[in-house]
Amino acid sequence: MMDVPIEALLFFLLLVTALTVARLRDLYAASMMTAIFSLLSAGLFVLMDAVDVAFTEAAVGAGVATVLSLGALSLTGSREAKKRAQVFPFVVVALTGAALIYGTLDMPHYGDANAVIHSHLAPDFIEGSAELEIPNVVTTVLASYRGYDTFGESFVVFTAVLGVILMLYRSKKDAS
Amino acid sequence: MNAPKHMRMREKLILRVAAKSLLPFFFLFALYVQFHGDFGPGGGFQAGVIFAAGIVLYGLIYGIEAAQAVIPRIWVEIGVAVGVLIWGGTGIATMQSGGRYLEYGKLDPEHVVHGQHLGIMFVELGVLCTVASGMTLIFYLFAGRGR
Repeated sequence: MMDVPIEALLFFLLLVTALTVARLRDLYAASMMTAIFSLLSAGLFVLMDAVDVAFTEAAVGAGVATVLSLGALSLTGSREAKKRAQVFPFVVVALTGAALIYGTLDMPHYGDANAVIHSHLAPDFIEGSAELEIPNVVTTVLASYRGYDTFGESFVVFTAVLGVILMLYRSKKDAS
Repeated sequence: MNAPKHMRMREKLILRVAAKSLLPFFFLFALYVQFHGDFGPGGGFQAGVIFAAGIVLYGLIYGIEAAQAVIPRIWVEIGVAVGVLIWGGTGIATMQSGGRYLEYGKLDPEHVVHGQHLGIMFVELGVLCTVASGMTLIFYLFAGRGR
């Protein structure tokens, strides 16, 4: 039997799911497929030891976001309008994808112990985290080293919710 | 999500029983992820999302009114802002104790490490509050729109 790494299998399934989503006209089915896509990426994140990211992806991507898109579909209708194939968007997507792949060529290989981040930045964080007696380095980096950054992120969540409120809010008076 | 669909969902015994027996574990796991974030994977954001997912599941099976009876919309509206304020307030508190903005070590003048732990706990609580309320509020707004 051929020895296939589970990453390759997951990436293959990811590709199949993505193509299916692109081809589906029924948007309910498409949002279920995007949920599967999220779950598969969560699996990939677990394999990369990014458990934090994995269960955020599973909860947000496969859970909350799917429910929200189903909710949105119940407001708008669930069939995609038939349109003839457009060339320009495809060219833009293809070019962006090519640029992204070109960008990854300069990055260190996956799991490379000699990568810059492992020889210069990570040791400081690990040492600092040990001084603070917090075993999870991710928590130290997020909350302490990059406190401003993460504060900004929670502000982004706040602003996003504010945007949704502005668009969708209805007081009890409007509803009646 | 119009009303008849909800009725049908609510009448499905297996969904109701499965959801109800799973829900306590959702919230327990959210709390575990929140308070164990210093030692294992997780933290405020993940805990908030899991918490919100629990509420969304409840709303999905039992209807949005039932979910809003448990967690009223006004709570989550306030919660989104309170979370950001907790984080910002932690920064103010560190300045009050003579440090720089978000210099958690100053929260406990005798013990820097303990101060850091306190600070991280507060800001993680802030994130939990904002994320859980935010996700729930977005769900309420989307689901409440169609009726």
